[in-house]
Amino acid sequence: MYKYNDFDAGFVAERNKQFRAQVQRRISGALSEDEFKPLRLMNGLYLQLHAYMLRVAVPYGTLNSGQMHQLANIAQRWDKGYGHFTTRQNIQFNWPKLPDVPDILDALAELEMHAIQTSGNTVRNVTADHLSGAAADELEDPRPYAELIRQWSTDHPEFQFLPRKFKIAVSGSAQDRAVTRAHDIGLRLVEKNGETGFEVIVGGGLGRTPMIGKILRAFLPKADLLPYIEATISVWNLLGRRDNKYKSRIKITVHEHGIDEISKLVEARFKELRPSFNGADQSLFDHIKPAFAAPAYKQHSTELFEQNYSNDPVFRAWVDTNVMAHQNVDYGIATISLKAHGQTPGDASAEQMHLIADLAERYGHDEIRISHEQNIVLPHVHKSDLPAVHASLKTAQLATANIGLISDIIACPGMDYCALATARSIPIAQQIATRFDELKLEHDIGELKLKISGCINACGHHHVGHIGILGLDRAGVENYQITLGGDATETAAIGQRTGPGFSADDLLPALERLITAYLDLRSEPKETFLQTYRRVGATPFKAALYPERAVRANAA
Amino acid sequence: MARSFSPKIVTANALIEGDVIYLCADDTWTRDLQSADVITDETDADVRLISAASQTSVAVGVYLADIELHPDGLKTKHFREEFRKLGPSNYFHGKQAG
Ligand code: HEM
Ligand code: SF4
Repeated sequence: MYKYNDFDAGFVAERNKQFRAQVQRRISGALSEDEFKPLRLMNGLYLQLHAYMLRVAVPYGTLNSGQMHQLANIAQRWDKGYGHFTTRQNIQFNWPKLPDVPDILDALAELEMHAIQTSGNTVRNVTADHLSGAAADELEDPRPYAELIRQWSTDHPEFQFLPRKFKIAVSGSAQDRAVTRAHDIGLRLVEKNGETGFEVIVGGGLGRTPMIGKILRAFLPKADLLPYIEATISVWNLLGRRDNKYKSRIKITVHEHGIDEISKLVEARFKELRPSFNGADQSLFDHIKPAFAAPAYKQHSTELFEQNYSNDPVFRAWVDTNVMAHQNVDYGIATISLKAHGQTPGDASAEQMHLIADLAERYGHDEIRISHEQNIVLPHVHKSDLPAVHASLKTAQLATANIGLISDIIACPGMDYCALATARSIPIAQQIATRFDELKLEHDIGELKLKISGCINACGHHHVGHIGILGLDRAGVENYQITLGGDATETAAIGQRTGPGFSADDLLPALERLITAYLDLRSEPKETFLQTYRRVGATPFKAALYPERAVRANAA
Repeated sequence: MARSFSPKIVTANALIEGDVIYLCADDTWTRDLQSADVITDETDADVRLISAASQTSVAVGVYLADIELHPDGLKTKHFREEFRKLGPSNYFHGKQAG
């Protein structure tokens, strides 16, 4: 894992010291809220519905057990005993008190964590495939590149006052698990003539105007990574609209100027910038890379695994659903579901975090990942240890076998916490998960990505859900709009709206009709919801959602 | 004739704890909605809002929220205010009890 050097450590310590003084001055009245707000946001501190909220970065979703223990300690000591893992691979603490925040930041810094650039119009936490360094289909571990981008972008003087926030995701596999096509810049490691480089995608994004990114450069040599990103951001920094917050993201700039024009400008700027990157970035990269070396895999028989797999159906179901193929055939990648039926998606209690940290230490080469799907991953578990891991997870409500299924819902905090929300999302997710668990249908339904946001900002990725749910406020009442056919992977697509929204009470029955329609429509049990939708189109699904309309149309 | 004005309260978050707070008749703050001062006059609302917003070392994000007067007490009109009053609906964080 990447270790801070003296500069990194000193930088964070200095920032924390500054912020401590700023908090003191705010409390004493020397700073007004207007003066303080940008300063707190620079340190990831928001004010939400009921309390302050601190957003802590987990760079490219990678943590070690010590860091996870520390997050648990913070939840216990300064919060209400839990934390919320987000689609940005961050963790949010929902209840800190303002005077405690400097102490929390110091506690984070003790283990090389911080909240810098988790807010504001800067380059945000760089995200990556949560199976990085472990996935069987990986071309190369994308995290050293993500770390390079993180170091370059942190406190980059030119990029502290961008037109708007800027999000970068990196993937090293053919299968895109990092939603690269819905980021401001998506980077995919690809191979061409025996050389690996990047496919650079630009202008994707969710929120008010959802867009799928376009290819800016089909193949970028790895050594050109930083100057090319710098060129792209600097072109947008000049062209990006500062007159209208809703038109300021790079997706709008690309849309308004056209990808060809943007590409021309970026290439020209790149030519100018390239010589100033005189190799320092490459030596930095050479320094970073070894920190991501594969762990010392152990040699051990996998017999215990096979025995348990054949004899214990609960273990087998968990393995089939939650364990993915590892580069090392004796190993598995275990995803720990933070979506126990009826629980808040993405929340982990301090006890659960401690337990996961212990498991990582004991069975997981001390590595943990946070997935953008709000789950936690132990990327390197020897198969012979999987039964012990599973048994331990069961004791803490962490062994739900539902990864990729209908109850593995991404849900933003919504009106239960978020000051921008127009409706709740968590209780809706809880209801759906509980209901489909009761129906015992979810394994039969198979892969289905259901995602919910509590407002148009789309923090819950609903646009790229196979089924997306958007909570709105209709004359003071919660109302839920359904989109279908969204896709977050390499075949990315924005879901299509089906029709008028549903009340909170009508939503669940509507979803049940929708799922029943899918089960009837699919050509064989293996055909997924998305495949069926793509094959038959929206019409039969709309008919299921709005039966009264179908009746009317037939009568006419 | 003045336009019809629906009754309001002044609400905000406490600076130190972040808690939801309501303005009382004497310009102090309470965490109990029932103790909030109900404003029925538009001009009065503007004045109270400005004076509340000037208490920057106590309150942040001051605004007016619509309220209904029921025989059994005050009730906020918008569901957002209900969540602010009760706390998140996914956990029992204590406020719900109150
Ligand atoms: C609770 C405090 C939060 C606030 C105030 C907030 C605010 C916003 C806003 C204003 C946008 C739209 C930005 C734009 O289009 O320019 C946005 C987008 C987004 N946020 Fe949040 N958010 C919050 C929490 C979260 C959480 C909890 C997650 C993850 C679960 C998240 C992940 C995202 C993502 C993925 C997007 C859309 C992607 C994109 O930028 O195109 N945010 N957020
Ligand atoms: S989608 Fe809206 S409600 Fe949900 S977290 Fe984002 S800003 Fe808040």
